[in-house]
Amino acid sequence: MTVTKAHIVENLFAKNIFTKTESAQIIETLFEIVKDSLEQGDDVLLSGFGKFSVKEKNQRRGRNPQTGDPILLAPRKVVTFKCSGVLRERINRGK
Amino acid sequence: MTKSELIEALAKAEGITLKAAETAVNVAFQSMEQALIKSDRLEIRGFGSFKVKNYDGYRGRNPKTGDIIEVNSKKLPFFKVGKELKERVNALLSDEEEKA
Repeated sequence: MTVTKAHIVENLFAKNIFTKTESAQIIETLFEIVKDSLEQGDDVLLSGFGKFSVKEKNQRRGRNPQTGDPILLAPRKVVTFKCSGVLRERINRGK
Repeated sequence: MTKSELIEALAKAEGITLKAAETAVNVAFQSMEQALIKSDRLEIRGFGSFKVKNYDGYRGRNPKTGDIIEVNSKKLPFFKVGKELKERVNALLSDEEEKA
């Protein structure tokens, strides 16, 4: 099964604090704030869950894997996720 | 940005109490944790997706002492960044390219 944003909204709605519409809006804003932070190059550290960081990749020479032609890959930024030790243990224990 | 900063930003943006924002943040990440713990796939459109990968155990060596050690099989979550976020973190770079 794939868990999606809709499931998270459903779980928040089940707390009986917000309406369904409010819950959806709040979850949307939550991810928007996280994306904004990463966009500014600021890491997002969520204790117990993990850390999202932005890493700068230098320009490098690569190859088109299909044709073998050499190409120059532009410098870029990538988002990486490092799982927290607590979560990693829980995933491996399955609970 | 830390979890408490995220809670504050959410409270401010949505005009809700800190306590309500804290509940929202906790529910969101607990839902995500539960999915990963069950090894379910997790997809947040525009943000990214998570998949738990299984790694087989292998016989390794302690690089310092050379002793043979058994490395047990393990599971690790793998994050793949979504299209929107991928483009947004690079937006500033591509703007500069266009100007150049």
